[in-house]
Amino acid sequence: MSQNAIKLQGIGKQYHIGRKQGGHRSLQDVVTDTFVSPFRRAGRLLRGQAMTAADLDQSFWALRDVSLEVQHGGIVGIVGRNGAGKSTLLKILSRITEPTEGCGEIYGRVGSLLEVGTGFHPELSGRENLFLNGAILGMRKAEIERKFDEIVAFAEIDKFIDTPVKHYSSGMYVRLAFAVAAHLEPEILLVDEVLSVGDSAFQKKCLGKMNEVSRAGRTVVFISHNMAAVENLCNRGILLEEGKVTYSGDMKETVDRYLRGISGKESASNSHISDLSSAARPPQCTPLLQRLELFTDQGRSLNGGLQMGSALKAYIYFQLEEPTSSLDACLAFDSLFGQRVFTAHSLFEPKKAWGERAGEQVFVCEIPSLTLVPGEYRIKVALNIHNAERDYVEDAARLTILESDYYGTGRVPWNGIFVLKHSWQLHGVQEK
Amino acid sequence: MGRTPSEAVWARVGGIGLMRVNEEIKYPAATPSSALPDGPAPLIRIEAAKAWPSLRLGELWAYRELIYFLIWRDIKVRYKQTVLGAGWAIVQPLFTMLLFSLFFGRLARVPSDGIPYPLFSFTGLVPWSYFANGLTQASNSLVGNSSLIKKVYFPRLAIPTAKVLSALLDFGLAFILLLGMTFYYRIHPSIRILWVPLFLLLAMVTALGASFWLSALNVRIRDVEQTLPFLTQIWLFATPIAYPSSLLSEPWRTLYGINPMVGVVEGFRWALLGANTAPGPMLIISSLVATAMLVSGAFWFRRLEKTFADVL
Repeated sequence: MSQNAIKLQGIGKQYHIGRKQGGHRSLQDVVTDTFVSPFRRAGRLLRGQAMTAADLDQSFWALRDVSLEVQHGGIVGIVGRNGAGKSTLLKILSRITEPTEGCGEIYGRVGSLLEVGTGFHPELSGRENLFLNGAILGMRKAEIERKFDEIVAFAEIDKFIDTPVKHYSSGMYVRLAFAVAAHLEPEILLVDEVLSVGDSAFQKKCLGKMNEVSRAGRTVVFISHNMAAVENLCNRGILLEEGKVTYSGDMKETVDRYLRGISGKESASNSHISDLSSAARPPQCTPLLQRLELFTDQGRSLNGGLQMGSALKAYIYFQLEEPTSSLDACLAFDSLFGQRVFTAHSLFEPKKAWGERAGEQVFVCEIPSLTLVPGEYRIKVALNIHNAERDYVEDAARLTILESDYYGTGRVPWNGIFVLKHSWQLHGVQEK
Repeated sequence: MGRTPSEAVWARVGGIGLMRVNEEIKYPAATPSSALPDGPAPLIRIEAAKAWPSLRLGELWAYRELIYFLIWRDIKVRYKQTVLGAGWAIVQPLFTMLLFSLFFGRLARVPSDGIPYPLFSFTGLVPWSYFANGLTQASNSLVGNSSLIKKVYFPRLAIPTAKVLSALLDFGLAFILLLGMTFYYRIHPSIRILWVPLFLLLAMVTALGASFWLSALNVRIRDVEQTLPFLTQIWLFATPIAYPSSLLSEPWRTLYGINPMVGVVEGFRWALLGANTAPGPMLIISSLVATAMLVSGAFWFRRLEKTFADVL
């Protein structure tokens, strides 16, 4: 067997947008279209073409030139913004739709958890739906019979197995549907984030299933917006941007690039630099502060978000009017509600012995791990000379802290202001 | 500190995807068997469809159990929550027969090849109802199963095929009534009755061929759904059900076999009622036309199939 589980070459998928593609038309459309020859219209509908020359341009490529190789085993995360083509890619992999161009090979049976419970009929009993759904997902009758008891036990619905599913609670319905899908045992399992609906126990089962499948040496392709889940579960990542694969490799790097891409789109490319020389400041301040530059791990400039727990390195550039040896700078982090959550002050630097300085200088402040919880923060920068606040800028920069798997558990902490490493133990208490 | 928007999202979704696997949960043992145990790891090719794709009949065969379950679902569900239940399978042809007997038999005095008119028309209506019901249900079947088509891969031909096959149950019930009627009119079936399955097969092939064409077309042009009742009605009168084909002289009667249902209806009458109008050459024409419809319909269906998920 080949090492590859999935191999795609130059896959592209073109969609025609607008109503011309399909058959759903409103009354207004019908009235307008009555004046177009129905025969010409029929021909165009059949060919899947647009109606007028102008509409011909109304096509777009949901995916273009996508080439991938996914090895057997492991969990591959596909990340990308809405409309980047993730779902289209999954649909092509599951053969629900065909690509417009390109070709690919999949080695092994594909199972998809695109939507559990597909094909369930409300009038049929749980038992009947189990067989029907199994067959739709590609299971043999003999196989379903063999696993029947197991599936029912897994779904915890043994008492209601002969009740029509229209009388099921939504929880029972989902459990049964997932139980069938979980017993499919494909070589390649495709999971869309629609799985993130349902209660947490259900999600736990889904994620558990994914891990179990990958432990058994099979492949999982997982699509999600949830960076914490993706980072925690996947060992390889693929980044899709505007229908193209822009990165494929290490999961952490994929997430980083994704987050950078998001913030990069929303702000200028060098948003890590804040010009302070002309920033608003109170009248008593001398505009000494020139600019603030922010960096994160490995000296990468911080364009946009910083992942919770990552390093923050701030360069505070300033101009001295006269030589001095008593210098201090301060970075303060305020929540958007105005609460001061943390202050980094050079006063607290034990190795502080700057000597006499003059002209242009830069303070470098390094925070190895900034553990504020995800959210938006304002950074205040201040410069003290001889213990007097000579210049400060209240809103020097905005900092977005992004979710990350800080505790290594796959859970994103969100309650409180910051996170701290800590541990828990549980002991029995003996009565005397 | 209050909640930032992203916090609120996290609070709302609780722990989406945020937990590591809980080892207590028992997952099904990973047995190496695969659901379609045809070889170790099937190689699946993904590529843009060719203009004339293959029919992939082998794949359809591999999914025969799915077809079986779809038929079974149809049959289970069809008469749920109805008062008459399976009686509906009989009511429709029976009442049409009564109407035909009254208007065409009694009032218009349409000839019936010397067979009592009610039996004459009912023998035509039983295979006709099978054809018409199968065609109507199958033609709407893709649109009706759109959620399935958009979520799971399987050979789409399975859907209309299952509909046409599931209509056989209704046919069976109506056929029993038909046999009862022949006894009532003291027409004892001869050895020719053994030909009936062949005529039924012809009706099935015709229904499949027509529904492959129409169901695929209906995905794109929903006008088909509106046209169907009308179309089946025209087709009903274009088939010698209320009247005998012997009204036509040769060679027109043989040419009449271009409508495959002509061969079916005449075949049923010949096999069951001993009508001396052996279909012969007409049947050959009907069979050829039906086969051509089936093959062309299947190719047409496969050609449009690639866009079903995008259009539905």
